[in-house]
Amino acid sequence: MRAVLARSARLLILTLFALFFFVPIIWLLLAPTKSDAALVTSSPFAFGSLHHLAQAWHHLDAFSDHIFRTWIENSLIYSAGATAIVLFTAIPAGYGLATGRFPGRRLLLTLTLIVMVMPAASLVLPIFLELNALHLLGGMMSVILPFSFYPFGVYVAYIYYSTAVPKELLEAARIDGCGEFATFRHIAVPLAKPVIALVMFFSFVADWTNFFLPYAVLGKATQYPIQVGLSDLLSSTPSFNPAVGGGGQSVNIFRPELALAAIVAVIPIALLFMVSQRALVRGLVGGAVKE
Amino acid sequence: MFVVPYLPLLLLFGLIPMGYALKLAFTNDKGDWVGLHNFTKTFNDYRFMPAFKHILVYTTVWLAGLMIFVVGLTLVLHSRASRVSSTYRFLFYMPGALAGASSVLLWLFMLDPAVSPGEFLLKHLLGADLFVKSIAPAHLPFIFAMIAFWTGAGGWIVVMYGALNTIPTELEEAARIDGAGPITIALRLKLPLIRKWIAYMVILSFATGTQLFVEPQLVNQASLGMVPDVWSSNQLAYQVAFRFGDFNGAAAISVDLLVIGLFAAVLVVTRSGLFRRDE
Repeated sequence: MRAVLARSARLLILTLFALFFFVPIIWLLLAPTKSDAALVTSSPFAFGSLHHLAQAWHHLDAFSDHIFRTWIENSLIYSAGATAIVLFTAIPAGYGLATGRFPGRRLLLTLTLIVMVMPAASLVLPIFLELNALHLLGGMMSVILPFSFYPFGVYVAYIYYSTAVPKELLEAARIDGCGEFATFRHIAVPLAKPVIALVMFFSFVADWTNFFLPYAVLGKATQYPIQVGLSDLLSSTPSFNPAVGGGGQSVNIFRPELALAAIVAVIPIALLFMVSQRALVRGLVGGAVKE
Repeated sequence: MFVVPYLPLLLLFGLIPMGYALKLAFTNDKGDWVGLHNFTKTFNDYRFMPAFKHILVYTTVWLAGLMIFVVGLTLVLHSRASRVSSTYRFLFYMPGALAGASSVLLWLFMLDPAVSPGEFLLKHLLGADLFVKSIAPAHLPFIFAMIAFWTGAGGWIVVMYGALNTIPTELEEAARIDGAGPITIALRLKLPLIRKWIAYMVILSFATGTQLFVEPQLVNQASLGMVPDVWSSNQLAYQVAFRFGDFNGAAAISVDLLVIGLFAAVLVVTRSGLFRRDE
């Protein structure tokens, strides 16, 4: 009897939290299928029609001369570009820190760890001030380059190479006549595929969801990534901003359009989440930390 | 040398910005040394203390929520490992995909009684029948804490769960044979073993919490100015730089925040023993 009670209590708690975490997502997925008026009057979990969904997309896409597409493209460029640089810098750096012996190695590792643990947002204004002094604000590179500095990637690669890859293996390659670079290229990189995937995932997600840095360093709306674009859309939605010119009629951005924008903005990340769910849940704790 | 390509990035976007912000914070716009002037000036700004108070209340609420619910849910999930438990972990983790502006937009909808599926809760818990009442100033720290919890808690639950999995099963079995029930095992055996991780989560979240920016920024845009655009300290630093062009003052505020982040980071890295810095 007590066991049954404990079990139901456990299920009740878990279900309540599952509702808290998941009901908003379900609501969001359904919202663009309804008209703005129906959102207010119909049940929150009623499905509207595909017609309304198409219409919402039509309005969203037409907003400010297809700027929504530009925002998504920008996000893709910034996140993919920065992640590519991360892979080319962080994986070798982790390898070098794990296998090499050079002065300043411990210092470099400690600095990397400290910046990794520090909240990323604390560096945004300092980076802005620096780029401003160098007159480098406003370009694509003012987003991609700061994103490319990803100490977490270095640390994950370092842990992998110093714990999971036997030193003898790398030495054997060298004895067989592989140079330093060839050993890295032909032995170390293929070995680290799971770690490379992990770094890729986290770097891409971190860049895609970053709001503050692009918001601070970019000036033109056509350069915004989707995160900053969403805030622009929000300012054009009359339900949250009755002051918007013409009651929003002129831009046709209402709650369903805004909800659709929020959904489209996370599709790439949601796909990545689903694809890498298993690997992540294991990798998040498996390799990254000392036992 | 394999670390060479990484070095310029570490310098340009890690160390130099910190150094440059420090330099700006101690000088004026002509580059002359002014000591603590920028710090006292921003400290005496009428918006400084409210902003710091806001983030203090916010981080307190958020940390309390994280500690109670993340640890509690992890222990509940771990008490019976099963397929169901991994489904729940995934459900809890999924909102993490909406990090950033999307989650804030979603919660603006959730807080609007006109469309929210939680209209009943808004009316009876917050007494809000209009959106502007939902986002009344007294509610904001709780709302931001809830949004942060919603997107971030799942990730921490996964981490804690993973840490619990490293506990040898024999230990748990031994305790069970000694007559310990699931609650005793959770509190006496498992909780002490993940204490380090809890400390890590609290310190990191505290540092991250002080940096709050996107949530109040979007709420400001949706509130017709009812919520000030300098609600959090980072917003204040941003406005001081962008609206008033006072880069030295902005640098001083961001150095205040940087020191908090740096202190937390050094504490975690050197004291927690969670990170290895040498074999």
